[in-house]
Amino acid sequence: MTEPGAETVGQPNVPAGAVPSDAVPSDAVPSDAVPSGDLARRRLVRGLLHPGRGQVVVGVLLAALGAAAVTQVRIAGRDDDYAGLRQADLIQALNGLQAASRRTEQDISDLQATRDSLRDSNDKTATALSNAQEQLSSLGVLAGTLAAHGPGVRITVTVPDSHLSVNLLLDGIEELRDAGAEAIEINDSTRVVAQTSFESAPGGINVDGRVLKSPFTIDVIGDPEGLTTALKFPGGFVDDVSLDEGKVSIKQSQNIQVTTLRKAVKPQNAAPNSSG
Amino acid sequence: MIAVLGLLLGVALGLVLKPDVPIGFEPYLPIAVVAALDAVFGAARAYLDGIFDDKVFVVSFISNVFIAALIVFLGDKLGVGAQLSTGVIVVLGIRIFANVAAIRRHLFHA
Repeated sequence: MTEPGAETVGQPNVPAGAVPSDAVPSDAVPSDAVPSGDLARRRLVRGLLHPGRGQVVVGVLLAALGAAAVTQVRIAGRDDDYAGLRQADLIQALNGLQAASRRTEQDISDLQATRDSLRDSNDKTATALSNAQEQLSSLGVLAGTLAAHGPGVRITVTVPDSHLSVNLLLDGIEELRDAGAEAIEINDSTRVVAQTSFESAPGGINVDGRVLKSPFTIDVIGDPEGLTTALKFPGGFVDDVSLDEGKVSIKQSQNIQVTTLRKAVKPQNAAPNSSG
Repeated sequence: MIAVLGLLLGVALGLVLKPDVPIGFEPYLPIAVVAALDAVFGAARAYLDGIFDDKVFVVSFISNVFIAALIVFLGDKLGVGAQLSTGVIVVLGIRIFANVAAIRRHLFHA
């Protein structure tokens, strides 16, 4: 293509092959009547349409280049990144991996410590919660805010004209408490707790603002035997009521239901001492 | 035309045959490819300048590849292989840009 014999297109003074092909300054193009761009394009078209013998060598080298480039692209895209690395690079990569591994192990132990402490505090919270719930239910039974059931006695006191003295009833209840009564209910309508008040009223007894009349039914949860004994000893509640011409019947049961509830009242004046 | 056909044939051969490169040569292949690319762009520029010579092209192509590989090999022996390959790639890249700029001026006057 660029053999001297083929050069016929008006460029007499081009020193073909005199200069290394890749070191030609751009101003080495000879000034000519034809603009250099047109010349260049004409050469390009001629090289494409009428290839000379010299292009065979060029083609062979370009084929080698193409094959090498494609191979290199394939190698670079391969998965095993470390195959072609130098020793120094491999050592550096290894060091990096070791550092990353150390950091990751540190992270693992940190996270495990966090997990353990969280689990610990979770356990503590659960224990505190179950303790609090236990306490809540037992206090609720005592304060009358929870319904209760269990073994106990059902006492029925019948007196003529509902004439039962307050002292007598209070004595009876004190005896029941002494014998370990845990929940007391009168006439299925009034829960007896620490704040319950008793007053005599015309035609009955005023308990917590409610006038109760005979027959008085007292449901008590506690040890049935102990409660019965507490009422029946000589000179006790049963004897006293009998003196007043009343009648007491005591029925033991394994399932006494105390269902009347009291509203929990926040103390107005009494403030608890801290961490009692 | 033959040159373009040769390039396409080489790409096709590389794709079809999937030649295996010996492990020892793998670091040099990318450098060799870039050096050869530099020679090819230089040749294209010379061709458009009207001063192309196939013998010069063959010599420059082979010596480019050889010297680039030699520099990297020396760098490997001296323990600065990675840095030297980077340097060679940068230099060759600059030359490729310069040659392509000249080709562009020839073809598009810009």
